[in-house]
Amino acid sequence: MTIEELQEIGKIEKEKQDGFKHRIHVCVAAGCLSCQSGQVKEALEKEVSRRGQESWTSVKGVGCLGLCTAGPMVAIEPDGILYQGVSVSDASDILEALGGPAVSRLDCSAHMPFFTKQKKIVLENCGKIDPESIEDYIAEGGYEGLYNALRIMTPTGVIEQISKGGLRGRGGAGFPTGLKWTAVSKTKSNIKFVVCNADEGDPGAFMDRSVLESDPHRVLEGMAIAGFAVGANYGFIYVRAEYPLAVKRVRTAIARAERLGVLGRNIFNTTFNFDITVRLGAGAFVCGEETALIASIEGRRGSPRPRPPFPSELGLWGYPTLINNVETFANVPPIIRKGGDWFAATGTDKSKGTKVFALAGRVNNTGLIEAPMGTKLREIVFDIGGGILEGRKFKAVQTGGPSGGCIPEQFLDMSMDYESLAKVGSIMGSGGLIVMDETSCMVDVAKFFIEFCMSESCGKCVPCRVGTVQIYNVLKRITEGKGKPTDIGLLEELCDLVKNTSLCGLGQTAPNPVLSTLNYFMDEYRAHIDDKVCPAGTCHFNHTEESQ
Amino acid sequence: MRYPSFLQRTADRADVQPVRVLTFSINGVTVSAREDETILTVARQNGISIPTLCHLDGLSERGACRLCIVEIKGSPKLSPACVTLPRQDMEIITHSDRVMDYRRKILELLFTERNHVCSVCVSNGHCDLQALTVELGMTHVHYDYLHPQQMVDASHERFSVDHNRCVLCQRCVRVCDEIEGAHTWDVMGRGHLAKVITDLNEPWGESTTCTGCGKCVQVCPTGALSEKGKSVAEMTKKRLFLPYLKLMRGEEER
Amino acid sequence: MEAKEAERVKVDEDRRWRLVNRTMRLHGHQPDALIETLHAVQESFGFLDLDSLKYVADSLHLPLSLVYGVATFYHFFTLKPPGEHTCVICLGTACYIAGSTNMLKAVEKEVGIKPGETTSDGKLSLLTARCMGSCGLAPAVVFDGAIHGKMSSTAVLQNIRRLLNHDD
Ligand SMILES: Cc1cc2nc3c(=O)[nH]c(=O)nc-3n(C[C@H](O)[C@H](O)[C@H](O)COP(=O)(O)O)c2cc1C
Ligand code: SF4
Ligand code: SF4
Ligand code: FES
Ligand code: FES
Ligand code: FES
Repeated sequence: MTIEELQEIGKIEKEKQDGFKHRIHVCVAAGCLSCQSGQVKEALEKEVSRRGQESWTSVKGVGCLGLCTAGPMVAIEPDGILYQGVSVSDASDILEALGGPAVSRLDCSAHMPFFTKQKKIVLENCGKIDPESIEDYIAEGGYEGLYNALRIMTPTGVIEQISKGGLRGRGGAGFPTGLKWTAVSKTKSNIKFVVCNADEGDPGAFMDRSVLESDPHRVLEGMAIAGFAVGANYGFIYVRAEYPLAVKRVRTAIARAERLGVLGRNIFNTTFNFDITVRLGAGAFVCGEETALIASIEGRRGSPRPRPPFPSELGLWGYPTLINNVETFANVPPIIRKGGDWFAATGTDKSKGTKVFALAGRVNNTGLIEAPMGTKLREIVFDIGGGILEGRKFKAVQTGGPSGGCIPEQFLDMSMDYESLAKVGSIMGSGGLIVMDETSCMVDVAKFFIEFCMSESCGKCVPCRVGTVQIYNVLKRITEGKGKPTDIGLLEELCDLVKNTSLCGLGQTAPNPVLSTLNYFMDEYRAHIDDKVCPAGTCHFNHTEESQ
Repeated sequence: MRYPSFLQRTADRADVQPVRVLTFSINGVTVSAREDETILTVARQNGISIPTLCHLDGLSERGACRLCIVEIKGSPKLSPACVTLPRQDMEIITHSDRVMDYRRKILELLFTERNHVCSVCVSNGHCDLQALTVELGMTHVHYDYLHPQQMVDASHERFSVDHNRCVLCQRCVRVCDEIEGAHTWDVMGRGHLAKVITDLNEPWGESTTCTGCGKCVQVCPTGALSEKGKSVAEMTKKRLFLPYLKLMRGEEER
Repeated sequence: MEAKEAERVKVDEDRRWRLVNRTMRLHGHQPDALIETLHAVQESFGFLDLDSLKYVADSLHLPLSLVYGVATFYHFFTLKPPGEHTCVICLGTACYIAGSTNMLKAVEKEVGIKPGETTSDGKLSLLTARCMGSCGLAPAVVFDGAIHGKMSSTAVLQNIRRLLNHDD
C-alpha cells in the first residue's frame, strides 16, 4: 500500500460520513452496553428507517464518550449535542429534534467542565469512531504514523522522537519509554518480541479497557511502530479474560488490519513484517508484573522471577522483549505523526503529555477522563468530577490502586505528575482515581487493599506470602475493635519488612496503602484502637455479631 | 520440550560474549570471580557464609526465600545473593545489622506460617530451618502464629508428606523435574493458600509419575518430606549426590 | 429414546472437544498453549474437571502437576461445576467504596452460601470479582454474564429471586 492509497481510504470514509446531514453516535463501550445502549442503538436505527431518512441520517456505535455514569450516552454530530440516560423509548423524540434544539430532558451540556477541562490525545478518537471500522480510524489519520516510520524514518529516528517527546510508561512506574526501546533495540538477537500489557489489574481502573474497546487500532499501530523501532516481528497483547468485549474488538481489529496489509507481511511494501497475537489472562493481578506476564504467556504459573536480567535482555522464551502498557502504545502514533516536540509541549517539566484517569468513587461524574500532566488534583475532583456526591465532604483520593496511597485534603492543590505523586507517598499507577468522602473509613480502605494483595500474592517469596497475611490480621482486628496499642508499631515494622525484602513489585508496594493511611490518618487508627470508635461509621464493633 | 530456567537460557544464546573476570569486594575484602558466578557462590568460595533456604547446589535458582539478601553500596534495594551477579567494583555487605534484622524477621514469618514444633518433628536435629534459627540467632517469634491445620499424606509406601512443616521452598519440585525428570511435584493455588502437590493433587501413593527415587525427601530442608519407619536419628538427609548427578547429566547431553 | 439422548449428548460433547482440540492445534501443541486451552475447556464445559485436565496434559505433553498448578493459580478457572445461574458481585475498589460488601452480605443471607459456593439444588453460584471495568457504574453485579450497574441490596435480591423463580 502507498500513502496515497491509505489517504484515499480515509478520504472515501470521510466523504461517506460527511454525506449524512445528521450523525447519531451511540456509545457501545462496556459501561453503556451494560445499561442497554445496544438496544438504544437498534431503536434509533429502526426509527430512522421507519421515517425513511436513511440517506441523510446515520447511526453508528462508538467508543466511550467519557461520562459513563450517565449512560447510555448518545452524541449528535455535527451539532455537538450530547444526550445522557437515553432509553429505547427516547428514539423518536431524538429524531424529531434533529436539526433543532436538543431534547431538553435528555440534554447533557457538552460545555460543562467535565468536557471542557479535558485534553485528549490518547482518547482523541474515543466516542468519535466506530471501533470495529478500520476505515474510520484511517479517516482520522490512523496508520499514517506507521507509514511515516516505515517509509520515511529509521528505527533510531523513531526512538529519537519518542525520547524527545519525553513519553514515560503509563503502566505504573513511569520509566522513560525511549530508554526502554533503546535497550531492546541494542540487544542483539534475531528474534525479539513486543508485548502490550493489558492486564489492568488495579481494581477500580478501566482506562486500558476503554482504549481497547473504543480505539483498538491505535494500540496495534503503536505496537507495530515499536516493533519496527526495536527490531521485533512478533507482538502479543495480554488482555484480561474479564474483558470479553475488549478481546473481541482487538481480535476484529487485528483481522481487519491484516486484511488491509497494515499488519502482517511486507507492511507498506517494505521488508518489515509484524504479527500480533492476543493472549488471555486468567484472573491474576500479579501477571501485570513483567516477568510474571512473560511466564503467563509461556503458559506457566504467573510467578515473577528476580530482575535483573530484565525482559529487554531475557524475555519471552529467553529472547529480548519490549513490554509497554496499552496507554503507552496509544501515545505512540500521534507522537510519530506530529513529532516529539509537539507532544512535549503538553505537561510538566518531567512528565509530558496527558494522562487518562478512571475517575470513580464518591464523585458526581464518574467515568473516563484525560487531562494534561500537571493538572491540579482539585480540578480533577471538583471541576471535571463535579464535586462530591450528595454534597458531602471530601476526604481523600486513592491513586495507584493496591500499590499506591491515599492523598488527603491538604494536597488537593498538588499537580498530578509522577514526581509530585511520589513525594506525597503515592504513585501515578495506571490511572485509577478513587475519590473518598467522610463516609469512607481509612483503616477499612487499608484493610481492603492489603486483603487484595494477600489474595493476589503469588506465594513465591516469604515476606509477601506471609507478611501480607500478618498485616491483614492486624488491620482486621483493629477494624473489629480489638486493636492493641502496640499494633501501630507492629504494622510499621511489618510494612517495612515486606516493602524492603519482597521479590517483586507486588510485595514491594503492597504496604503503601497502609503506610500512607498511617501517615495521614493516624487519628482514625487511634480512634479505632483507643476509643473503639470508627469515625466514618463503617466498621462495626458489635461483639454480638457472629464471630468466627 | 521443557523450558530451561532463565539462567541456563543465557548460556544457550550464541551471541553472549566470552566470560570475563571481575574484581569487587565483599565485606571490604577484595575478591575476583567470573562474571557469571553469583554473589553467593563467590562469598562461599571466600569462606563467607550467607544463610540460604531455597537455594541448593545443583538446582536452578528461585530467589524466593529472601534469606540470602545482601546490601550493595549505593543501592537502596537489597539483593538476593543466590541470583545476583556481581559487577566490577561492586561493594557488597553480607552481614550488616539491617540485613541480619530482616533475615531474622523473615525466618520468624516462616515459623508463624505453619506448624514448626521441632520437639515432635522427625527431622529434629537435622533440619535446615532449625539450623537457621541458630545461625541467625532467632530466639523467639514475636508475630502471631497463623498455623492453619494442614494435611498429612502417608499414602506412599515408603515416604510421607506433612504439609504442616512445608516452607514452600520448592526444592522437591525442582529436584523432581530437573534431576529425576519425573515432574511429579508442583505447586497449586497461590499466596498463603499455595501447597505442594503430586500429580493432579492426588495422594502421593497413587501417583502415576513418581518413580519412588526419594530425591525429594533428601532435598527437603524440613521434616515435611520424610522416609517412613526411620527414627529421628536416622533422618539425616543426603544431598551431595546433586551436583554430581547434574554434572553427569550435563555430560550425557553433550 | 434413551439411546438417542445418549447419542445427542455424545455428539454435543464431541463438538465441545473439537473447540479444545482446535485451540491446541492452533498453537502447535506447544507448552504455551496451556492457558489458552484451559480457557477453551472452561468455555466449552463451564469448568475444568480432572479428566479434561488429564486430557490436556497428555495432549500437550505436560506434567499433570504442572497443569493442575496452572489451573489453580489463576482465579478465572474453576474446578467445580457452576450452578445454573451465576451472580458475580464486584469487590473492586470503586464498588467496595460504594458498599458492595453490604450487597454481598445480603445475598449470602438470602441464599445461605458463601462466595465460591453453589446452592445445594445447583441453581445459583455466588462469586466475587475484582473489578469488571464498569467502575463508573459502581456497584456492579453480573447476572448470568450481563453486567448490571448502580445496584443496591434490594435490587440484587430482586434479580436473584427473579432468576431463581423463573424456571419453576
Ligand atoms: C504487581 C504489579 C502489577 C502490575 N500491573 C500492571 C498492569 O495491570 N498494567 C500495566 O500496564 N502494568 C502493570 N504493571 C507494571 C508492569 O510491570 C510494567 O512496568 C509496565 O507494563 C511497563 O510498561 P510501561 O513502561 O509502558 O509503563 C504492574 C507491576 C506490578 C509489580
Ligand atoms: S512479592 Fe509477592 S507476588 Fe511478588 S514474588 Fe513475592 S510472593 Fe510473589
Ligand atoms: S515439601 Fe519440603 S522441599 Fe518441598 S516445598 Fe515443602 S519444604 Fe520445600
Ligand atoms: S461507556 Fe459509554 S460513556 Fe463510557
Ligand atoms: S537462598 Fe537466595 S532467596 Fe532463597
Ligand atoms: S470496581 Fe467494580 S467494576 Fe471496577
